[in-house]
Parts: sequence; C-alpha cells; structure tokens
Amino acid sequence: MGSTSEFNRRDLVKRAAALGIIAVPAMSALSSCASAGSSDGDKVEKGKKSAKNPLAVNESAGLDVVIFDGGFGDKYAKDAQAEYIKSFPKADGKIKLSSTQKIQSTLQPRFNGGNPPDLVDNSGAEQMDFGTLVAKDQLTDLTALLDAPSVDDPNKKVRDTLRPGVVEMGQFGGKETWILYYAYTVYGVWYSKGNLGKLDAEYPETWDDMLALCAKAKKKGIAGWTYPGKYPYYLPFSLYPLIAKIGGAEVLRKIDNLEPNAWKDPAVKAAFDAYYELYKKGYVLKGSPGLDHLQSQKAWAEGKALFIPNGSWVENESAKQIAKNPQFDLAVGAPSSLSSSDKMPFGTIWASGGEPYIVPRKARNAEGGMELLRIMLSKKSSQNFIKQVSSLTSFNGGTDGITLPPGLASAQTALQKAGSNIVNPRLQDWYVALQKERIGVGALGEMMAGRMTPDEAIAKIQKYADDTRDDSSVKKYKR
Amino acid sequence: MQHGKYRFIAGFLALPLAIYAIFVISPFLQAIYYSFTDWTGLSPDMKVVGFDNYVRLFQDDVFWASVGNSVTLLLLLPVVTLSLGLFFAFMLNVGGRRRKKAVIGGVQGSGTYKILYFFPQVLSIPIVALLFQFAYNPESGALNAFFQAIGLDTVQPDWLGDPQLALWCVMAAMVWANVGFYVVLFSAGMSSIPKDFYEAALLDGANRFNTFFRITLPLLWDTVQTGWIYMGILALDVSAFAFVQIMSVGPGGPDYSTEVLPLYVYQKTFRDGQAGYATSIGVSLLIVTLVFSAIVMRLGRRERLEF
Repeated sequence: MGSTSEFNRRDLVKRAAALGIIAVPAMSALSSCASAGSSDGDKVEKGKKSAKNPLAVNESAGLDVVIFDGGFGDKYAKDAQAEYIKSFPKADGKIKLSSTQKIQSTLQPRFNGGNPPDLVDNSGAEQMDFGTLVAKDQLTDLTALLDAPSVDDPNKKVRDTLRPGVVEMGQFGGKETWILYYAYTVYGVWYSKGNLGKLDAEYPETWDDMLALCAKAKKKGIAGWTYPGKYPYYLPFSLYPLIAKIGGAEVLRKIDNLEPNAWKDPAVKAAFDAYYELYKKGYVLKGSPGLDHLQSQKAWAEGKALFIPNGSWVENESAKQIAKNPQFDLAVGAPSSLSSSDKMPFGTIWASGGEPYIVPRKARNAEGGMELLRIMLSKKSSQNFIKQVSSLTSFNGGTDGITLPPGLASAQTALQKAGSNIVNPRLQDWYVALQKERIGVGALGEMMAGRMTPDEAIAKIQKYADDTRDDSSVKKYKR
Repeated sequence: MQHGKYRFIAGFLALPLAIYAIFVISPFLQAIYYSFTDWTGLSPDMKVVGFDNYVRLFQDDVFWASVGNSVTLLLLLPVVTLSLGLFFAFMLNVGGRRRKKAVIGGVQGSGTYKILYFFPQVLSIPIVALLFQFAYNPESGALNAFFQAIGLDTVQPDWLGDPQLALWCVMAAMVWANVGFYVVLFSAGMSSIPKDFYEAALLDGANRFNTFFRITLPLLWDTVQTGWIYMGILALDVSAFAFVQIMSVGPGGPDYSTEVLPLYVYQKTFRDGQAGYATSIGVSLLIVTLVFSAIVMRLGRRERLEF
C-alpha cells in the first residue's frame, strides 16, 4: 500500500489526459460525424400510373409529412390526409403527419442524414434557407405535379388552376419549380371599418387624407398607426408596395436584384419620408418600438391605433380580440397615393404565396408527397382551408358558395381592384438576413423609432444591400 | 503491488474516458474541423476552405458587436448576481439584529425570504423571460404603468425597444432569475462557518460591515469562485441565448444592441444555412470561455484556510 507516494495525483491527471488525447482520434473515427454519408437512400417503388393516379404513387407506401404549426395550425393538412387515404386505402395507418414550430432544428439532422420526410411545410421563424436547399440540390422538382391533371378537372393541369405568380415564386432562376406556396397572402394596411366609421372616415386614398385622418384621431387620443417594433420587418408589407406605387414595379425589381444604388431611387426616399412623417407628427402609437406582433395587434384590435401593416393571417391570429368588437369589420387597404404623379394607380398591393411546401430530393415517397399537395390544391381542400383559417389558397377560386369572413372578403376585393397591379418583392424569401435583421431591425425599426432619419436609413440599407451582393457565401437570384 | 498498477488504473478509467471522449472531446474536435469548411448544415456536401471563415469573422461587424455584448455580460453579470447573492445571504444568516442566546442570526422572517429568493429558480427560463417581456411592454406593461401611477408620465421608455436600454433590461431579468440560487448556495456555505469566529469578532466590537469582509467573505471564497465561473459560463452560454432570443427585438436588436455570441451562432446555422461559419463563431466562443476561466482561476488563487 506504500505505493501511493510515488504515484501522486498530478501524475495520474497527466496520464489520464494523455490517455484522453490518444482516445480522441480513435473515437472520432469510430463515431459517425454530425454530417453523415451522402447515399441517395432507398426509394419506394413507383405505383401504376392511371387516370386516378396520374403521379404513379405507390398505393401501399407510407408517407411522412411535417407541417409548420403556426397561424394556420395543421388541421387542414390532416383533412387532406384523410382524402389521401380515401384514394389509397392501402396506405391507411402508414401515414405519419407531424407538426412543429421548430422546422429547422427538427429536420436539419434528417436532411443531413439523407432521410428527410416526403413533404414539408417549410415555414415560420425556423424556416430552412431555400437558397441553400436549392444550391445543395436537396429538393425535388415539382414540374411533374404542376403538369399532372388537377383533381377537379382532369382536362386542366394543376399549373393552370393556380393563382398568377405562384409557380414563378417557386422557381430560382431555372425551369424547375422547387417550392409550391399553398396559402395566398394579401399584405397591406389593415384597419377596422367600424373604428374608422366612428371618426366619420373611410379608408384614405391619398396620403394627405391619411395625415388628416391621423390628426383627427390624435385629437381623440387615438394613434394613427402601430407596428410590431420587435419585428420591424412588418413595415415593408405596406411600405414596399408604396415604393412600387410611387416609382413603378421596376424599383422593387432592382432592389430584389441588389442592383447598385437601387435604394437611392427617389421613390424610396419619398416613401420613407412619408412614413417618417407619421413618427414625426406623433401619429404612431406610443411604445410601438417595444411591442411584438401580438401586442401591437392587440392594441390595434382594441382601437388604440387605426392602421397596422400586416398580412391576411391577422384575421385568424387576432380573431379573439377582433371578435370583442362586433362592429370591428376588418378590412385591408392598399397604400394611399402620395401624389397624382405616382407611377401606379391606387389599389396597387402586395400579394404572394405563403406556406412554402417542398418535397425533399431524398424523400422515400416523393410521388406520395406530391399527390398530397395535389389533393390539397383541389377545390374541396381549398374551401376547407379558407373556412378553417380564413386565408386564401394558391388555388385560383374556391371562394364561390361560401361566406367569407370580413377581412378575407376585403382582401378578395382588394385583389380584384388591383387586377394586374400586384407586386411581389422577393427580398424576404431570397435574402432573409438582409430583409429581416438588417433592413428591418437595423434600419426601418430605427427610423420609425425616430433614432435615424430617412436619409440615414437609406444609406445604411444601401450599404447592407451592397454587403450582401459582395458576400460570396450568399447565393444570388435575379428576376 | 507495483506491477499491474497502470492496468489497474486504466481499467477503472477506460469507460468514463471513452464516454468523455465520445460525447465531449469528439464534438469539440469535429466543430473545429467544421469551422474550416463551407458546410451549410443542410446537406452533407461540403469542402474545406482553410481560414476563410476566420478571415470573414475579423471583418464581420455583427460578430464584433456580439463579442462586445457577450463580454459585457461576462464582466457584469457575475459581479452583480454574486454581490446581490452574498448580500442577501449575509442578511439572512448573519446580518440580523442580535437576539438573546443566538450569537448570530438573520433578519426577521429570513426563512420566508429564503423561499422567496429561491422561487425564480423553480421557473423555467422561457417563463421568466416572457414575464419580464410583459413587464417591459411599453404600451401596457407593468413598469410604465407604475411610472404613470406615481406621476412620471413623461418617463415612458421603450425598454427592450431602446438600444441604450435593451441589454440592461435583459441583464436585469437574468440577475433576477439567478440570484436566488446563489442566496441558497452562500447560505449553505455560511452555515458551515464556525459560530465562535463571529462570537470572537463581536466581542472585539466588530460591526456587520467588518464581520462580512473579514470573516464571511474570506471563508466563503471557494464557493464564490466556483459561483463566479459558473455564472460566467451562464452569461456566455445557454442562458444568455434563451433570454436574448425570447426577449429582445429582432431578436438581437434593436440595431444589434443585444446580439450575443450564442445567438449569432444559432442565427448563422439555423436561419442562414451557414453552419461552417457558425462553428467558427463557436470556436471563438470557446476561446473567450477558456480565457475567462483561466483569468478567474489565476486571480482567485489564494491560501486556503482550514477550519
């Protein structure tokens, strides 16, 4: 037992450490790395192509679907799944439909490991970057689905049943369509007809009327505008179409293409000045810079502010608060005209697809994933979606025969009024960090909080855009 | 018993070392390896790019902003939390008015206070963060309502919406959430200090101030030092991430005023699909942590008093 003296603690620690160092390379060779092999995985066999089964789905194969559980919930997808089982009874019990808010942290290991689901609603705060997915060849081209006959009319391709612009949104500079946006969102200035009525006003079609109305509201202690200061990238929902309205859709196209000095266009300055004036004159609800989307929507629904830049999901998201005021009568307005020399008419509005669905390249049952999408794009499923969550789908139509809630009806009217004057800026899909963190939080939020002038904000944004253009780690797109 | 000594020891150490190697060292090494690649995190397809990621780090303003904020948290959070923890623990155990019989004792109702202080520790971080977020709501939150109630109508800050205040707001929530744990930890440490020391000091006429700095603090030094490192790592790591992610504008804003290293790692991986670059930020976080531990260990080294 006398051996302890020559074997002191320090030696032991040293040797243990040495052993650890030797053990490390051996272990890391044994254990698999975080990014596993790149095998293509096994695919299920294709089924028999028929009129009822144009995509040749394997009738008895399982299906693995992951839905983003956000403002729209996942019930609409479960209902579509029931329809799928009606078409393919043998797949009953083999369909796994899960929903999560954490899309990327749930799915990233599966993409890396080469066993992704068959259909994914890649949406929400944890949206996986589309640019990277496309660049790394992780998605299935959906052209087969688009060219398949639609559920309701076998003589019409799915492609021809969609709203204008939806297919193009899913393309990334090539012929392939990687994404199918299922929901159809109308962005703009959301307001309550009831609350405006109390001020004997209607939605102001010119900016002068807008300012006059805000002044009138201010006298009664009501703010003109509010916005979610925690997520200032809501401001573009009404600001970008205003830019397009003043200077033409071309200005937004240049901005999307990250062209030099795209933000220095006079139309951008005019639009920024207009919004800054809202702050300057005290028409923005006090404290807005510290509110999140739910808090600002609550204040707005309670009538503390008249207008809020938002998207058509607001009707579902704030349904409870809106319902407290039976005279609320939700509606959406297009950006007010700044002057008579605006390039685009009043009614110009931002509308585009939401809820991007993808079929991963390595999906075991890609045909099944596409088939479920095809079912979701039928008239029946679309109507189901509209009724459940009061939002339009990419399926063009489906609104006839059902009573739309006021906000959605107003969005429908706004789309009709806009006609071909629908703009669709792509920054928020193409360059998420630029749009949300830099332009949104870094510049627009600062400007609306009064900590930056429009000129400073524009200079800062232009620099951010230039940085993004020169950043080789970001994939670029053109339209 | 000489021969076979190493085999004997290795036999005991093999399993724990293997587990340690697989779950701790191997991920570390892998992360360092990935920081030299252009891995996206979304596909196993990647190539080695040498020091590109690190060169980019040095030119990245957001990275430096987040280093600044993380270091601010690292310097201030332990000081504030531990000081408050020490102060409360002292008041609860030693600082009370002298009563008959007992040599030392806490302030009145110290048992209740102990439970109250520990209470935040029972709540999960997201709940604490959300509660504070409600309180900071500039439009209808408790703080601004309080200011209004006491007649300070003009003082209505935007709290989390103000770049000057945002980091402090987050820090206050973190202190509140953590201080209770240290009150209990230090209370336990203080109760093991022999009462005779206090008795002797009191007989010599020492006041509370002197007893604290001459007896309590020196005898508690080991505990404080451990708490310091633990709190520092908390300030750099998960806790900072969770609070900033839930509470701050953006998150990370306004204007990067609350951007911290772990949040930046998360954003680069999960939002921008640049896992390779993110791991290089992670490696720099590792370096900051190591430097911090080394400094604390060195500064804190002093003779240990046996009692």
